[in-house]
Amino acid sequence: MDLRKLKKLIDLVEESGISELELTEDGEKVRISRNFTSSAPVQQYAPMQYSNAPQYAAPAAAAPAAIEAPAVEEGHAVKSPMVGTFYRSPSPDAKAFVEVGDTVAVGDTLCIVEAMKLLNEIESDKAGVIKKILVDNGQAIEYGEPLFIIG
Amino acid sequence: MAMFDKILIANRGEIALRVQRACRELGIRTVAVHSEADREAKYVKLADESVCIGPAPSGQSYLNVPAVISAAEVTDAQAIHPGYGFLSENADFAERVEQSGFVFIGPRAETIRLMGDKVSAKDAMRKAGVPCVPGSDGALPDDPAEIIKIAKHIGYPVIIKAAGGGGGRGMRVVHTEAALLTSVNMTKAEAQAAFNNPVVYMEKYLEKPRHIEIQVLADQHGNAVFLGERDCSMQRRHQKVIEEAPAPLLNARLRDKIGERCAEACRKIKYRGAGTFEFLYENNEFYFIEMNTRLQVEHTVTEMITGIDLVQQQIFVAAGEKLKFRQKDIQLRGHAIECRLNAEDPYSFVPSPGKIKTFHMPGGPGVRIDTHAYAGYTVPPHYDSMIGKLITYGDTRDQAIARMRIALSEMMIDGINTNIPLHAELMADAAFHLGGTSIHYLEQKLGIYNK
Repeated sequence: MDLRKLKKLIDLVEESGISELELTEDGEKVRISRNFTSSAPVQQYAPMQYSNAPQYAAPAAAAPAAIEAPAVEEGHAVKSPMVGTFYRSPSPDAKAFVEVGDTVAVGDTLCIVEAMKLLNEIESDKAGVIKKILVDNGQAIEYGEPLFIIG
Repeated sequence: MAMFDKILIANRGEIALRVQRACRELGIRTVAVHSEADREAKYVKLADESVCIGPAPSGQSYLNVPAVISAAEVTDAQAIHPGYGFLSENADFAERVEQSGFVFIGPRAETIRLMGDKVSAKDAMRKAGVPCVPGSDGALPDDPAEIIKIAKHIGYPVIIKAAGGGGGRGMRVVHTEAALLTSVNMTKAEAQAAFNNPVVYMEKYLEKPRHIEIQVLADQHGNAVFLGERDCSMQRRHQKVIEEAPAPLLNARLRDKIGERCAEACRKIKYRGAGTFEFLYENNEFYFIEMNTRLQVEHTVTEMITGIDLVQQQIFVAAGEKLKFRQKDIQLRGHAIECRLNAEDPYSFVPSPGKIKTFHMPGGPGVRIDTHAYAGYTVPPHYDSMIGKLITYGDTRDQAIARMRIALSEMMIDGINTNIPLHAELMADAAFHLGGTSIHYLEQKLGIYNK
């Protein structure tokens, strides 16, 4: 097939909204298909942002984990007042303070955050029902990290 | 002890980035702690891990000892670098860090404590053979004859200072014996009224001193060296504005003599890590005023003329390594100048936080920028106004000044006010060109300008 014709076909596919074109002519068949769904195929490089920077970015995304899972649930987010390790129950073999679906009052203990060998009880600042628990038992959390959603 | 695997940087701004760079070069992973106001900081985004430790106010974040140590615990860091300011010279913090099982990248807590008390620091330095500002060494007695004797011994002019004063308050300069007793009584009365404490002491008054400091480095094996000096006389309200190394018009032999005394003092007090001995210098005499037991803002100019990375040296020392150089291996080459870049009005000094719209940095041979800011970065109002440092290096002082002038002219920061115009003016200042201006020079110059 004529190369110029081929190039024209490729341009055609690119410029139009077609995702696939198949043409048969004189026993020769050509199929051109587009892989990306984006309407701007020329954009090959993401704009240079610090969040896209080297391999270091991967672990950084893992550590403050809860930030990735957006707490867009309706309700009030109970946030951690300190840095530490999150625990669901007062001791390893005890029952968890709360489960999803429990009703809590202001002042009820929701969890423990351990910092510098001290166990701190975190109390609810809102009355309502536990809609979601956003962090895992034993997870490292930072100041301001959303822990529970109360609705 | 093997090299650290992970270091937590307990600071913010340009120094957090500086420490991070040193760690990354050594293959050490970094943990950046930050307040809510610093979430978008460049070094936070570049760190291997980051931990939010509190709301914007420093007291609840960068000065929050449990939060910082907790962050080290949850990230399994091995060592903590405190930067400068904040907790870097807090002996209690250093102690708690080590009690919690981490290495504090700095001196031992007891050394920090010793140097933090200005009276005990002077005592320790005197014992170590470091010359201090001569004075009454304690409260002035009531006996007039004694007071006259002390003043004679110190030599006029003297300055009477209230023990409970500070920051320029409660002081009186006395030039002649005739005015001495009246001045002492007046200062005592004022001190009683202002501070409810009539205790005063006497020191020699230095009329046009320069601020010259000595950088030292000591390991945990008894080795200590000094890495030349810095002249930081260009100050306003005790804040350094421009620093340079080496100090202009300073006899090299005098410098080596005082430098060796400082290194010897380090060995005597078993100093660990990087530190700075600050002196007032007048009439070819050095007078010790205090020691800073941490890395300083202006460590950069020393790095330029020695070729030694001071932050990495701090890390090596903390990891138990021996210094790889002896005093004779330290060569001072060329001249370096640093201009501190502040987010403030250049003449009224009113702070100017806010969003940086344009941020264009200079470059070329002998130009170094240490800054965490970038176009689109919002300078928070909660912390000090320094947003970066512009450093130039040249074979000669004149070349360093020329390069600084050019770099300042290329630099563009829009959206906030900065003190770039002030620096440009100082680089063109005749007295600065000659070198050797005193610590009063800048304020005098600004006073004239403001008229």
